[in-house]
Amino acid sequence: MTAIELKGVSHVFDTRKTRLEALAGIDVEVRDSEFVTLVGRSGCGKSTLLRIIAGLLRPTAGEVRIGDAPVRGPSRDVSFMFQRSALLPWRTVFENVMLPVQILRLDRRTYRARAEELLALTGLEGFEDRRPDELSGGMQQRVSLCRALVHNPSVLLMDEPFAALDALTREELSLELQRIWNEDRKTIVFVTHSIQEATLLADRIVVMSPRPGRIARTLDVKAPRPRSLGVTAHSDELDRVSAELHELLFAGHAPAGGVDSA
Amino acid sequence: MSATGAAAAEDVLGVPSRTRYGSAVLRVVLPTLTFVALIGGWWLGTIVFGWPSYLVPTPFEVAEEIVDQRELLMSNFWTTLGEALLGFALAIAIAVPFAVAITYSRVLELTIYPALVALNAVPKIAIAPLLVIWMGFGLGPKVVMVVLICFFPIVIATTTGLKSTPAEIVELSRSLSSSTLQEFVRFRFPWSLPYAFVGLKVAITLAVIGAVVGEFVGATKGLGYVIVASGQTANTTLAFAAIVLLSVMSIMLFYAIALAQRLIVPWSEEQQR
Repeated sequence: MTAIELKGVSHVFDTRKTRLEALAGIDVEVRDSEFVTLVGRSGCGKSTLLRIIAGLLRPTAGEVRIGDAPVRGPSRDVSFMFQRSALLPWRTVFENVMLPVQILRLDRRTYRARAEELLALTGLEGFEDRRPDELSGGMQQRVSLCRALVHNPSVLLMDEPFAALDALTREELSLELQRIWNEDRKTIVFVTHSIQEATLLADRIVVMSPRPGRIARTLDVKAPRPRSLGVTAHSDELDRVSAELHELLFAGHAPAGGVDSA
Repeated sequence: MSATGAAAAEDVLGVPSRTRYGSAVLRVVLPTLTFVALIGGWWLGTIVFGWPSYLVPTPFEVAEEIVDQRELLMSNFWTTLGEALLGFALAIAIAVPFAVAITYSRVLELTIYPALVALNAVPKIAIAPLLVIWMGFGLGPKVVMVVLICFFPIVIATTTGLKSTPAEIVELSRSLSSSTLQEFVRFRFPWSLPYAFVGLKVAITLAVIGAVVGEFVGATKGLGYVIVASGQTANTTLAFAAIVLLSVMSIMLFYAIALAQRLIVPWSEEQQR
């Protein structure tokens, strides 16, 4: 089953001063319950593509379908997670997690149990009544993840969700996300700059090249799960993929910044 | 979720604690020192320069006057406080819808905003005598003066607040298909409150000034009237007593708003630190 389908998606940002071709002719298919990571250098249109899938941005050309329906705008079946936690400072952790239930006018009692379950799953038990500013960055992103999952969407779009965290917390959260996904197989599109994160999490890695944003390559990661960052039997496969990613991302870009833009 | 459980978790995960030792003591001691120094300086001035009582009375004479004339002063205190609070409340009631209109409509922003700036540029004190001509010596012109003075800071601060909602919060709201009303009630409005309170704190002290200005140009009661009347009889001590009470009023109102802020938007201190 195809969960997300993009056909010939192009996007141009047209302002009075500049015309920026952000995406050109993107074709991607994401299967149900697949974990796809979207990797590329800054400015290659990864976030733009994610917003188009989310229905937050209408593409200049091309078609996006989620499930069977074409995307016309945001849908309750698609959840979005940001680089910054975007928690509401006046709400407690629990109230923040319940926000989608409230906005979408879902049954509070049914989803209360799910919220509690998610908080337990992410190790936030006992923090339900805290306010976001009392939590560390890693814990805030955990709350944000719970909020993105509480109304049980089928697709989760993640825009560099761990990029603002320190390296160790980042690894910890990647592993946690893998564990949660393993228990509850959402279709995930995960944008990242980190090769390690991309390789660890993905069933398939979509590599993008900049100006305009195109799909350069798609790589399958066949290593078995659960994967870890320690020494494992399948580390050869992960090493191979990450080496290939390095080559792709740095190819023709001798000094970072890109020769082709000059 | 027991308190001890939460406390233990706090230690393990290094969640920052809110209490800073000694800050509570300093918060009382330092402002008190300021006031002691001010009053001490005033007293010292009367001794060193030998100012006579009919020009500058000593702090003790003023304190004595406040006690002796407490009935007269307090009844006028309530009058001025009433004018200030009524005008302040009206200013909020008018300013907030204006701020919402400016935030949500580009056309209204372009039409109303320059008019507001122009209105604010008019020295309000210059209008005071006209208000007396139009509205007489009653409560009306004082309240209008307070509204005119308070309005601008509240509109500016609230508009800034409503426009300051971070991009990802707006996207979050959109990704959940919030209605415009939901977006306002659940996201924008609460987000604007810490900013709005900055405007309210400025406005509340201006409210007292507005009421006194209104009383100066034509009144039969209020602390501003007491000051004008005591000037005509050269009762400097009574004028000083009224001024002291006006300061007390301003300070109390300011801290009342600060307290309201702490109760209504407890997260704002974190945001503005």
